Amino acid sequence: MNRLALTLSLATRSLANRRLTAVLTVLSIAVSVALVVGVEQVRTEAKRGFTNTISGADLIVGARSGQLNLLLYSVFRIGDPTTNVSYANYERIAARDDVAWTIPISLGDSHRGFRVMGTTDAYFEHYRFADNQALTFTSGVPFKWVTDAVIGADVAAALGYATGDPIVVSHGLGATSFQQHTELPFRVAGVLRRTGTPVDRTVHVTLAGIEAIHNGWARTPAARQPVEASIAEQNALQPTSITAFIVGMDSRIAIFGLQRAINEFNGEPLLAIIPGVALQQLWSLVGVAETALFAVSAFVVIGGLIGLLTTLLTSLAERRREMAVLRAVGAGRGLVFALLIVEAWLLAFVAGLIGVGVIHAALWFARPIILDQFGLYLAGGGPGAFDAIVVVVVAVAAAILAAFPAWRAYRYSLADGLTVRT
Amino acid sequence: MHGAGENIAAAVDAETLVFRYDDGDPIIDIESLRIAAGERVFIEGPSGSGKSTLLGLIGGILVPTSGTLNVLETNLGALSATERDRLRAERIGFVFQMFNLLPYLSLVDNVLLPCRFSPVRTARAGGSAAELQQNAVRLLEQLGLSSHLHERKVTELSIGQQQRVAAARALIGEPSLLIADEPTSALDTKTRQRFIDLVIGECERVGTSVLFVSHDPTLATAFDRRIVLSELNRATAQSDE
Repeated sequence: MNRLALTLSLATRSLANRRLTAVLTVLSIAVSVALVVGVEQVRTEAKRGFTNTISGADLIVGARSGQLNLLLYSVFRIGDPTTNVSYANYERIAARDDVAWTIPISLGDSHRGFRVMGTTDAYFEHYRFADNQALTFTSGVPFKWVTDAVIGADVAAALGYATGDPIVVSHGLGATSFQQHTELPFRVAGVLRRTGTPVDRTVHVTLAGIEAIHNGWARTPAARQPVEASIAEQNALQPTSITAFIVGMDSRIAIFGLQRAINEFNGEPLLAIIPGVALQQLWSLVGVAETALFAVSAFVVIGGLIGLLTTLLTSLAERRREMAVLRAVGAGRGLVFALLIVEAWLLAFVAGLIGVGVIHAALWFARPIILDQFGLYLAGGGPGAFDAIVVVVVAVAAAILAAFPAWRAYRYSLADGLTVRT
Repeated sequence: MHGAGENIAAAVDAETLVFRYDDGDPIIDIESLRIAAGERVFIEGPSGSGKSTLLGLIGGILVPTSGTLNVLETNLGALSATERDRLRAERIGFVFQMFNLLPYLSLVDNVLLPCRFSPVRTARAGGSAAELQQNAVRLLEQLGLSSHLHERKVTELSIGQQQRVAAARALIGEPSLLIADEPTSALDTKTRQRFIDLVIGECERVGTSVLFVSHDPTLATAFDRRIVLSELNRATAQSDE
């Protein structure tokens, strides 16, 4: 029988004989591995979800403020715009030859804690998220009338809305605003399929509708008749300003030219940002927490490995006889050394596999809950390269750490000879 | 191949053998010790007489500081550690005072343990798995462990029974030399003599030399020759260890 097979068989049987401590050691390492893999999985998915928030847009244009500020309020519905963009300038830029499409965004109102966003049909046509996915409807249709509203999946789920339900928009962003725009109730025209982005938490209404509740049109007799949004926008309900707009271009090469033109535009202080660049910049801020989280889980692994080392060292005392017996029947000192290395390696390797398996199973089962509670979709296609690396690194680290107890066992077997005095 | 009953002159042949740890006082200092092949020698040695060290030297675990030590016609001083391990695995059997067995192996696997370290010993014990098994069972039965005990866990056996398993392990594959270090001190008087008779009977059959160490001189009657280690070892004769 070759040496490795013999060592492996002796190590497994010896471990089985000490199964309680072995199981506990495996457990503590498995938990730490599960933590590392879990953190990494959530981190990757969070980052993916984050960068997937907007796709296919070439520029986002708003009033001149900071790049992150503009990104946060226009895409993530976080924070408030400082000033608006005049509708005239928006139209001027939208009319340029190199601009393929634009999506106007008008923010500032809310509905029961959800942001209300004024926009046009262009939103449903051109807005993209994840890998260039378009918005789709689970029920209903895009805007037709001024009073049409299209709600995200979270809004529909949280408030129990279906198509046809009325929505009263509040002025400002509080969940319980005193100023309700009761004069012009909107009606849910459509519900969007879940995207895993802030779109899910948004109430979309027509740009004309936003204008109508703010300029007093809602109280005029004209408001009593259904008015088509696209027509109203060009007439009585043309907004004077919007919050921001998203630009898609015919040619990617032209992006920088337009960005510069907008940033240097004299008529109004405007800012154009490239969403991908801004997203990366924002993520690098979030990344600090992410690194801290990873460091913590790495330390937990180190803790688990130190536990393994402790177990091995304490087991040595009671195993001196075992080693002496093996020596007496012809085992070399190398085998005594190898036995402990193999044992540590085996424990850590099995623990790694268990940790990876358990966390992936747990994430798989928890996926609907996490999506529901945190809006984070864990795509997680099972264990991947990262998991393999973690298992290998932990197993190798354990084997290296075990060199210390192995060396002691080696020394013992030299000093003890064939008779253990203890 | 060295079988147990082969024609060798001496099982152990030591001349001016000295052993000390690093710069300490000598623990072993023996002018001459010769044990003939097939001879069964009783070594009487109280604790502190250096017997463990002597057995460690003969077993090839320790290396002589000076002098020559031939075990089974092999000069141990000329062998590497691995070669000494191999000699031990192939041709020497050990029985200790107690805790001879690995608790995680079955009785038969404990007996067959030396075979796993030596193909030569495996071959002498039959070679095939079936024959190894058969040989182990035969040895256990010969040493008075009937087959209904063979399925027991090692820890469920009495100390006397454990010592018989240890003897069977030492004798599997017909070693040339059996070294027994106080194998009976944990046994009561009745089982003690029976154990010695069984072991010696088996060694006689195969022609194995025996080195039996004990502090109890009453056991010496079953052996060809009696050596008092404290008289032989000049290191302990001088210092009152």
